[in-house]
Amino acid sequence: MTHVLIVDYGLSNLHSVQRAFEKLGATVEFVQSVDSIRKAERIVLPGVGAFGVGMHELTQRGLVEPLRDYIATGRPFLGICVGMQLMFSRGEENGNHVGLGLLKGAVCRLDRLEQTAEKIPHVGWSPLRSPFPDGEFHHPLLDGVHPGEAAYFVHSYAGFSEDCEDIVAEAEFGSANFAAIVGRGRAVGCQFHPEKSGKVGLKILSNFLAL
Amino acid sequence: MAMVRLIARMDIKGPNLIKGIHLEGLRVVGDPYAFATRYYEQGADEIVYIDAVASLYGRNSLDDIVRRAANGIFVPLTVGGGIRNVEDARRLLRSGADKVALNTAAVLRPALISEIASAFGNQCVVLSIAAKTVGDMRWEAYTNGGRERSGLDVIDWARRAVELGAGEILLTSVDREGTRTGFDIDLVRSVVGAVPVPVIASGGMGTTEHLVDVVRNGHADAVAFAHCIHYGRLTIPDIRTAALIADIKVRQTA
Repeated sequence: MTHVLIVDYGLSNLHSVQRAFEKLGATVEFVQSVDSIRKAERIVLPGVGAFGVGMHELTQRGLVEPLRDYIATGRPFLGICVGMQLMFSRGEENGNHVGLGLLKGAVCRLDRLEQTAEKIPHVGWSPLRSPFPDGEFHHPLLDGVHPGEAAYFVHSYAGFSEDCEDIVAEAEFGSANFAAIVGRGRAVGCQFHPEKSGKVGLKILSNFLAL
Repeated sequence: MAMVRLIARMDIKGPNLIKGIHLEGLRVVGDPYAFATRYYEQGADEIVYIDAVASLYGRNSLDDIVRRAANGIFVPLTVGGGIRNVEDARRLLRSGADKVALNTAAVLRPALISEIASAFGNQCVVLSIAAKTVGDMRWEAYTNGGRERSGLDVIDWARRAVELGAGEILLTSVDREGTRTGFDIDLVRSVVGAVPVPVIASGGMGTTEHLVDVVRNGHADAVAFAHCIHYGRLTIPDIRTAALIADIKVRQTA
């Protein structure tokens, strides 16, 4: 029986994430303590809202170093939405903030790199694209998911990675591409909400349970 | 350009939780969860659930529905019906709803829109407008399940609500709802042209041609259907296939 620890740092509707994992046969526990993080087999960091607020809440709870240490041990970790953004080194929303620093790059507003007529926030279903020349996905998180299948996004900011090896899947916003899924080792992150992305989302969560 | 969303909508009216809906012999009364999960399984992009009599039958019904829905529905869920304050919204969003739809309470106190938008983000607030034709290219917004006149012009009200923080408009034609004779294209196009947020067209869908029409000519960002799927005349896969054939950008589901 796979056990998942979901970090509760006051930032989101945890109910849907919990139910999605339970539907997939995992047991779920909500964690706030340093000790449970240290002992966890599998951690999920969800989150809705601003980067700076997320880091503030994690800091207040003393969870930043324990999460960095956990990730460094190579155990599976999944960041969702703001949880994924926090994996980056820095975020620009409402000021400059330091993130968990797993991934080199920054979280910027979607229109920071290119002017676009697209409305912000980016809300709705968008296709997941391969970042590779062969047009395919190459990460076990996307087993059974095909380029072009859509996921549900709700965000104004996105991660722009400085290391293309960290990009597992991209999505489009106007003519710019942003990181839809990132990954380094068994630490992965989804900008979209897999718990709201129907069967594609559940497949991704199921693959995470198998990492 | 965002994909056009195909949205399954359920309304509760009358004393029974589901009024007169039969599903191939499986008659579900008082269990909207069964409908919602069925539509989710069929590939609905979103589920909208409006309980117009929530306030009459006890405030808890919407909470219970949302909590149960989160058990088996893994696409965005919008709920409305009797949401009167920020606390009502908070409870529903914490229980698994992604968006809350406001109608009557927002008409009575428009500041409610800003309050909920400030607390949870504009993308969580949907303004639900029940529009009835009152003249040539003029519509009035109705409240209380489409029964009472508000005196508000739909276009003006939509604009004002978006300025206050509504992130989306759920636009229902009271005249067309349940008739299966097609959407009010003029209404949809007029509201789409007036606001910078997505507009969901609702009310009137009978055939897949109606959907193509309201997207191509009404410029709807999303389409909600109720009667045509509740009574089994169309299935969500039928609707999606027709949209794809008509070259409308919708999500492809397996």
